[in-house]
Amino acid sequence: MTVEFCGLELEHPVINGSGTFDAIAARRAFGDELVERFPFSAFVSKTVTVEPRQGNPPPRLWEVAGGLINSIGLPNKGLAGYLEHDLPELARLPVPLIVNIMGFSGDEVARLVRAFSEREEVSALELNVSCPNVETGLTMGADPGETGRLLAKVRPLTAKPLIVKLTPNATDVPAVARAAEDAGADAVSLINTLRGMALDPRTGCPWLGGITGGVSGPAVRPIALAQVHAVAQAVEIPIVGMGGVQRGADALDLMRAGASLVGVGTESFRDPAAGIRIARELKELLANSAVEDRRGALAGQPGREL
Amino acid sequence: MSAPFGRRAATVVAREEHGAYVVLRCHDPGGPAPRSGQFYMLTAADRWGGGEAERPFLPRAFSVLRARDRELHFLIEDVGPGTRRLCELQPDDQLLLVGPLGNGFVRPREDRTPLLVGGGVGIAPLAIWQDELGPETPALLGFRDAQHAAGAVLVHDPVLATDDGTVGHHGVVTDLLEDELDARGDELEVYGCGPPAMLEAVRLVCAERSVPAQLALESGMACGFGACFGCVVPTVDGYVRLCVDGPVLDAHTLESALVAGVGH
Repeated sequence: MTVEFCGLELEHPVINGSGTFDAIAARRAFGDELVERFPFSAFVSKTVTVEPRQGNPPPRLWEVAGGLINSIGLPNKGLAGYLEHDLPELARLPVPLIVNIMGFSGDEVARLVRAFSEREEVSALELNVSCPNVETGLTMGADPGETGRLLAKVRPLTAKPLIVKLTPNATDVPAVARAAEDAGADAVSLINTLRGMALDPRTGCPWLGGITGGVSGPAVRPIALAQVHAVAQAVEIPIVGMGGVQRGADALDLMRAGASLVGVGTESFRDPAAGIRIARELKELLANSAVEDRRGALAGQPGREL
Repeated sequence: MSAPFGRRAATVVAREEHGAYVVLRCHDPGGPAPRSGQFYMLTAADRWGGGEAERPFLPRAFSVLRARDRELHFLIEDVGPGTRRLCELQPDDQLLLVGPLGNGFVRPREDRTPLLVGGGVGIAPLAIWQDELGPETPALLGFRDAQHAAGAVLVHDPVLATDDGTVGHHGVVTDLLEDELDARGDELEVYGCGPPAMLEAVRLVCAERSVPAQLALESGMACGFGACFGCVVPTVDGYVRLCVDGPVLDAHTLESALVAGVGH
């Protein structure tokens, strides 16, 4: 079931969503078995920013019907801390490493791209554009022009594959995807979490320390499917589809809608080895599936345009 | 010893009620023995994360109450959709669990002897710790009322306090703790687990008297193995994840034990 993705040869199409699996902490909890039975065919690390971040004040989680809202706030050790402490450990994983990065300005993103471009341990970069550009006040990934300008700035800085992690909190996600493709992105990944909120039932005040958070889990799966399908009509570059994947059948749905790879996130919280099971189920389904050209398969079939 | 990677099935072999609490005894042939103070993530095998109510969705974290002969005992109080589902489980029903996780208690420093202080469902890790330290280890336990104080049978020979005075001292358990520490605080190391307000009071009482304390905390937790970053608590070194850096923390590293409730 090996798949080719942006020049990387992967054992199967199931990877993790950024920020939903900490391979270093999991190694502490589960020992060598984690490495021997690593659940993903590539590992996407948690977002790295230039400066260290503590993350949002707790509480950070709220369970909802079919999912949860998180307000984590991208805690990380910063670029220098990541290079010193995390990268050497993550480089020992048995799968390619994709580093997710975020900057609060084009210059910050450029600095991160440059720094990781030099590191051979890094197979690809994923740009988290779900944050405001402090120079323009616009969410980088919410506006096609903003996304295009960012890619135009950082694309020349690296030969490594650049994946743009799209935000679903945008008016026209396919237009943003197209802008990323036009400016040289190698792939897009979606969906990130959807903005959501919960009130403390006892006080009526916002529950989460960050006031709002991101909704994930099976509750968002139909939205992910629709957005992946829409983006697949708009771009030619490969798509990493994710959002509420719990079973191989959910992964197959995203592939039928146009995804080349599938990300697993929240389901790993329920079962740390969920990726292994989902890849196995997907493999069985693909072996018995008539879908040859999975990309755009739905759109390609007359009478089944969505 | 590491936890096995992934979820595994465990069978409920007995269900006991103690007042407001349920003890589930589960046969876990696949796991290593836990250390005192470690915890597990529990999910009922059926009717969890789908179907009619759609909640519970995430597994729930429980410190192990007791472990012997491949049996794990968990103490559960019905306070939300997850704990309600777990309380419904009957012998032969299946659980899915991940664990043991987290760090656990460490023995008192050389010149000190242990004193257990806890309350409510938080008595669980103190029971297994008392099993390990020896039944003579003194325990001060606080409960809301007599119905909850029925859980005290799970700990050997505790001194009790209840909020409503129906059993033992009429007041909070930290009243008993203050008396004990004032009498012989320089000989003691405190092990605490209980609701946030109690733990914060224990932390302050111990800090005022420079008595070392190890506190087992609880916080909203989606995964239990460091993935979600949801369970952080504030320490002097910044936020730490309770699942991988706890759940037992040295009291003097905490800025506050007042962790927000979790709606189990």
